[in-house]
Amino acid sequence: MAEGAVQRIVIVGAGQAGGEAAQRLRTAGFAGELTLIGEEPWAPYQRPPLSKKYLAGDIEARHLLLRPPELLEEERIAFLPATRAVWIDRGNKRLRLEGGRELGYDALILATGARARRLTLPGADLPGVHVVRTIDDIDAMRPGFVAGARLVVIGAGYIGLEAAAVARKLGLDVLVLEAAARPLARVTGPDLAGFLMDEHIAHGVRFALGAQAAVIKGDARVRAVGFADGTEQPADLVITGIGINPECGLATQAGLDVADGIVVDEAMRTSDPAIYAIGDCARRPLLHYPGRAQRLESVHNAIEGAKLAAAAMLGQAPPKPEAPWFWSDQYDLKLQIAGLSQGHDRVIQRGAMKDRSFALIYYAGARLIAVDAINRPAEYLGVKKLIEKGVSPAPDVLADPATVMKDVVAAA
Amino acid sequence: MPKITYIEHSGKEHTVDVPEGQSVMEGAIKNAIPGIDADCGGACACATCHVYVDPAFFERTGTPSSMEQSMLDFANEVEDTSRLSCQIKVTSALDGLIVRMPKSQH
Repeated sequence: MAEGAVQRIVIVGAGQAGGEAAQRLRTAGFAGELTLIGEEPWAPYQRPPLSKKYLAGDIEARHLLLRPPELLEEERIAFLPATRAVWIDRGNKRLRLEGGRELGYDALILATGARARRLTLPGADLPGVHVVRTIDDIDAMRPGFVAGARLVVIGAGYIGLEAAAVARKLGLDVLVLEAAARPLARVTGPDLAGFLMDEHIAHGVRFALGAQAAVIKGDARVRAVGFADGTEQPADLVITGIGINPECGLATQAGLDVADGIVVDEAMRTSDPAIYAIGDCARRPLLHYPGRAQRLESVHNAIEGAKLAAAAMLGQAPPKPEAPWFWSDQYDLKLQIAGLSQGHDRVIQRGAMKDRSFALIYYAGARLIAVDAINRPAEYLGVKKLIEKGVSPAPDVLADPATVMKDVVAAA
Repeated sequence: MPKITYIEHSGKEHTVDVPEGQSVMEGAIKNAIPGIDADCGGACACATCHVYVDPAFFERTGTPSSMEQSMLDFANEVEDTSRLSCQIKVTSALDGLIVRMPKSQH
C-alpha cells in the first residue's frame, strides 16, 4: 500500500506490540491520524517484569511503562485507554467501540494480545486464585505475598516458575503442581527442565508432578487445593500459569482467517490487506524455520511484528528478521533462549551445570535450531547470530570446549 | 541532577537530566532519544542499547560484568569504550557524561 493511501491508522490493543507499532509509525514518518485503543487503563507497558521485579516489589508500575505517557500526546497518538473495540465493518473500513462510537480507518492493526487461561474447576473463581497477565493481576495478588503464606502454583511453565522464585525470595511456602511429568514440558527439553527444577528445590520449592487439582476449596476465599483422591493442600494463595489464549474475537467476527491466532503473512498482513495483526495474537510464518507458522509469545515477536507492519503500511523496507529470542530470570539465574528447540533430535552442551553456567544447543538433523543458555551469553548471542545467518556449524565444532563462539560467528 | 549528552549517529545531540539510580539506557528511553532500542527493557537479554562512552568518562562508568562483556562481543561495530547502556547506573560522578550511539542496534 502506498503511503499516500493511508491517512488514518487505528491500532486495537495497547500492549507492547500496539505501543511499539504506534511509536514506529511516527518515527518512520507517518503523519496522519493515529489512534491507539487499549482495554487496560494503562499506557503501553512491559509485561515480562510482572512475574519478576514487579511481583517482587522491586519496581513500581510507572517503571513498567514503555515510554512516558506524555509522549503519546506529543506524538499526536490519540490514546483511548479502558476502551474495548467490539466490531469491525470491513466493507466500510469502520471500527465500532463499546458504547457505539465508530472510527474510520485506512489501515487497522490488531494487537489484541492474549488472555491468561483460567482453571475451569469448581472454586476456580474464589478470591485468592490469580493469573499473571496484567498490572492489575499482580496488584491483586501482591498483598498476599507475605512471609509464611502458603502458595500453590498450578502449572510449571516459565510464568509459574518465575512466580515461585519470587515467592521463595519473599519467604512464602511454595508448592508447584504440574500435570505433565516434568516442568516446562511445552517449551523446553528435559535437561534444562531438570536443572531448573533442582534449583527450585534447593531454594525450598516443593513439586508435585503428574498432579492435577480437582477442586479449589474455600468459602469467602481460597483455603485449599483438592485432588481427585480426596487429599488436599492448604493454600492461602493460588497462581495459575497454564498458558494463554490468543484474543481473536474481533478477527473471527470480521471473517479473517484464524487458526490458533490471526493468520498473517511475512508482512503481518491478515487475509484482509487493510488489516494487520501483531504480537501474541498473530500466527506468522517463521522466516528462519521454512514451512513453519505459529504464534510466538515474546517481546521480540511484539517488537518485530510492529516494525514489519509499520514498514509494510508505509511502503518501506522491512527490518532484517531476528531469530526468536526470550529470557527468564529465576533466583540469580539468567536464562536466555534463542531460536525454537521444538523438533530437535540432538543436544550439544557447552559448560557445566554444576558451574551454573552452561548452554544447551539444539539441532534438528544437521540444522542448528536453538539454544538455551544459563549465565552463558556468548552461546546465546552466538547461536542467535548463526540462526540469523542460516549457518549451521557441525555439532562437533560447537561441542568442542576449545571452540570460541565469537570466532565461529565471525567465520560464518 | 546529572546531565547526560546523547549523540545520535547522525551527530544530533541531546542533553538531558537523568536522575541518579536510573540507567543511561532509561535516560534515553524516558526522553524519547532515538538510537537506543533497548528491546528487552534492561534485562541484559538483547544487546540493543549499545553506546560508545566518551573516553574521558569510560573509567568512571565502571567495569562491564562478564555477562555484559560477552554480550558486547556480539554487538555491531564494537569499540574500546563500548558499553551496554542499561548496565551503566547514573551517579553524580557521571554528571556531564557523553555517550555516542552506533549506526544501528540491529
